Amino acid sequence: MAELRATQMLVPNMHLLTVFAPEVARGMRPGQFVIVRAEEEGERIPLSVADWDEAEGTLSIVFMNVGGTTNALAALPAGSTLPTVVGPLGKPTEIDHYGTVLCVGGCYGIGSIFPIARALHQAGNRVIVVLEARSSFLLFWEERLRSVADALHIITRDGSKGLRGHVGRLAEIIAAAQPIHRILVNGCTFLLKRVADVSKPFAIKTMVSLNPIMIDGTGMCGVCRVSVAGATQFACVDGPDFDGHQVDWQELLQRRKQYVREETLAYRSSRGEEHRICQGHAHA
Amino acid sequence: MPEPSKKKLDLHRREMPKQPPEVRRRNFNEVALGYPVETAVEEAQRCLNCPKPSCISGCPVEIDIPRFIQCIAAKDFAAGIRVIKEKNCLPAVCGRVCPQEEQCEAACLLKKRGGQIAIGRLERFLADWEAAQGELEIPPVPPPTGRRVAVVGGGPAGLTVAGDLIRLGHAVTIFEALHKMGGVLVYGIPEFRLPKAIVHREVNYLRRLGVQIVTDFVVGKTRTVDSLLEEYDAVFIGSGAGLPWFMKIPGENLNGVYSANEYLTRMNLMKGFLFPKFRTPIKEHRRVAVIGGGNVAMDCARTALRLGAEVRIVYRRSREELPARAEEIENAEEEGVIFDFLTLPVRYIGDGNGWVKEMECLRMKLGEPDASGRRRPIPIEGSEYRLPVDAVVCAIGNSPNPLIAATTPGLEVGKNGNIVVDEETGKTSRERVWAGGDVVTGAATVILAMGAGRKAARSIHEYLCSL
Ligand SMILES: Cc1cc2nc3c(=O)[nH]c(=O)nc-3n(C[C@H](O)[C@H](O)[C@H](O)COP(=O)(O)OP(=O)(O)OC[C@H]3O[C@@H](n4cnc5c(N)ncnc54)[C@H](O)[C@@H]3O)c2cc1C
Ligand SMILES: Cc1cc2nc3c(=O)[nH]c(=O)nc-3n(C[C@H](O)[C@H](O)[C@H](O)COP(=O)(O)OP(=O)(O)OC[C@H]3O[C@@H](n4cnc5c(N)ncnc54)[C@H](O)[C@@H]3O)c2cc1C
Ligand code: SF4
Ligand code: FES
Repeated sequence: MAELRATQMLVPNMHLLTVFAPEVARGMRPGQFVIVRAEEEGERIPLSVADWDEAEGTLSIVFMNVGGTTNALAALPAGSTLPTVVGPLGKPTEIDHYGTVLCVGGCYGIGSIFPIARALHQAGNRVIVVLEARSSFLLFWEERLRSVADALHIITRDGSKGLRGHVGRLAEIIAAAQPIHRILVNGCTFLLKRVADVSKPFAIKTMVSLNPIMIDGTGMCGVCRVSVAGATQFACVDGPDFDGHQVDWQELLQRRKQYVREETLAYRSSRGEEHRICQGHAHA
Repeated sequence: MPEPSKKKLDLHRREMPKQPPEVRRRNFNEVALGYPVETAVEEAQRCLNCPKPSCISGCPVEIDIPRFIQCIAAKDFAAGIRVIKEKNCLPAVCGRVCPQEEQCEAACLLKKRGGQIAIGRLERFLADWEAAQGELEIPPVPPPTGRRVAVVGGGPAGLTVAGDLIRLGHAVTIFEALHKMGGVLVYGIPEFRLPKAIVHREVNYLRRLGVQIVTDFVVGKTRTVDSLLEEYDAVFIGSGAGLPWFMKIPGENLNGVYSANEYLTRMNLMKGFLFPKFRTPIKEHRRVAVIGGGNVAMDCARTALRLGAEVRIVYRRSREELPARAEEIENAEEEGVIFDFLTLPVRYIGDGNGWVKEMECLRMKLGEPDASGRRRPIPIEGSEYRLPVDAVVCAIGNSPNPLIAATTPGLEVGKNGNIVVDEETGKTSRERVWAGGDVVTGAATVILAMGAGRKAARSIHEYLCSL
């Protein structure tokens, strides 16, 4: 159980939670995640940690409202109790002195790339941050990221800020800033894949933080398995960071779609429409 | 008490009422309904109360079986449950899921005549009788010794250690990774075989005895064993066998191919069968193949059946070699699970959109017995054929989760990742650290995990008293 200390909508549909979980905050490292349940009957969902404060015992989580659980989370007021916040899970992002690194964040990844950029900066790297969004009004934490970056670029699809277009334009940033020794990406699967595609011709090692479906987050259920360099890996314990040039993206994208139909049902039911798929009644 | 030899032998085992197959294959309520009082008493009266009872030696925790059975025969149920609880803190669980036919009942003197006493059903009867009396009696707990023990994992092994040590006056905290206590009893074994209310009752009992319970805490992640050792005098590791195996054949990552752990966790821990009231989805499949032949495979098959699918168990040996409990195989057959014996899946074929559509299998024949003593399956060349499926559940086994071993320097582990211990005491290669249950033996049984917990508790107690 963890108390929700504060909530804030950062930009439309993107929320920031501050959660009191001192045991979890104590061991947290950049790139790790927690598993959260929003309600007693709720699902377990993984969320990356965007920051933490060991002294205060709190975690910051940035999430996008996309379905049943995130919708329930977004509706919780400060002061509520989350039934589950467990972690830190997954391997921390490898932080080292690489030279020049490119940190790319899109969607909720603008939040979770922050502690990674900060750690890389502290490790003496030249850090270039790239933020990607559909439009300028969906950008957040720009100043916070600037404070840990040597340079910051923005790509918006509508051109309302920075470069106009898709992450394809990252190629120009890479070309101009060469040599780059490593790229790290956080955000939705599509962004991860696109960045890996763009960086491949440059032969720059590109670490992506994968987000497959998860349940336990401890290597027990096997649902989070992904194919990397031809071998099956469990993203929750072997990852979530993997070499983006080795990931079987097609398979990952398919596996993430497994429950789309059911999730739509759940989303509707979370708004009061009840359904049952089986006649059994059980002892909850 | 009359001499056993003079008693007329009644070799007629009393049947336990069950939900009829046509009804139960549509619901998740418990299948076996338990003995009514008169039946239990009749069954108990058949026991010979042998002077040298062999049944006790068949029980891994050595319950004084004839003594509790005589209590039932004399209708003193309160005394009977006390006898069981001297040795077994989870009788309602063991009475339901222990493989009695291979343990106490196999050793019963009447077995040779085909009329062995239904010891498991009688154990279950007493546990259920006690539960029906209302709140469980809380035995007096001795004054605190000031010693503290951390238990990792809330499954049968951890619950047993906690129960034994709290009653010796030590402070006990259980750390459990999931949000519910019980281990496989809550995330693996289905409601229709073991109602979760029973597990909750046992866990509450420990809570009332004073055991501290911390859920949502992953040892090796939230804190390491070494960090726990700074605060606790001893640590017991009962983290189970959680890492699912796959066969490493083509197509295994297609949508619709599950590990048994995923399938059962969605259903049991997360209550997927009540989706969407409970938010974790489970798919409705039409044709499900379950790979494997153990209890886990039976549970997956019978679960899929209850969701309306046509279900087959695909097993590479024959019926004789099925490792599952006899009762569960019969239940599965009665409910309509189809068995494909001597069959080995070799690859899964997708529908072009990432979903499994067919599986390719090979027919097998049995050769000479292998190291396990079972006849080895040998593929018949050229016997490939395809089976249409829209889901596959892989129930071929588990090995211990490596999280703890990887974060505990100096902890000796075997080649499967199992923690190495001294068999008599449960001591690991690390000072002040004990282990037991599936994490040591690999996937085994509830009662063996409890037995290992009991031995470790004894050894931990000795150690704590020596401080
Ligand atoms: C290691 C890890 C870390 C993660 N960190 C974060 C995080 O910090 N913030 C965050 O918002 N999400 C994060 N995610 C994704 C997050 O877990 C999912 O968004 C969440 O499970 C959705 O749950 P839901 O019940 O609300 O939506 P569902 O009902 O499960 O999903 C609804 C629909 O949205 C799609 N969808 C799900 N997730 C996303 C997504 N991220 N982007 C676009 N579409 C999606 C689904 O495919 C589905 O069609 C992370 C995932 C992993 C594995
Ligand atoms: C589907 C299924 C059916 C079965 N049917 C039967 C049956 O009919 N009869 C029978 O006798 N046996 C059966 N078994 C086997 C039996 O359930 C196990 O042998 C027994 O539960 C082992 O007990 P355990 O305490 O060692 O481990 P578990 O029951 O696995 O409990 C381990 C606990 O530790 C927790 N844990 C793991 N890692 C950590 C960590 N790092 N930190 C904190 N907590 C952690 C886990 O979440 C879990 O709750 C079945 C098993 C399965 C999977
Ligand atoms: S061996 Fe069988 S008959 Fe003899 S005491 Fe045990 S249960 Fe009763
Ligand atoms: S989430 Fe279950 S194994 Fe990774």
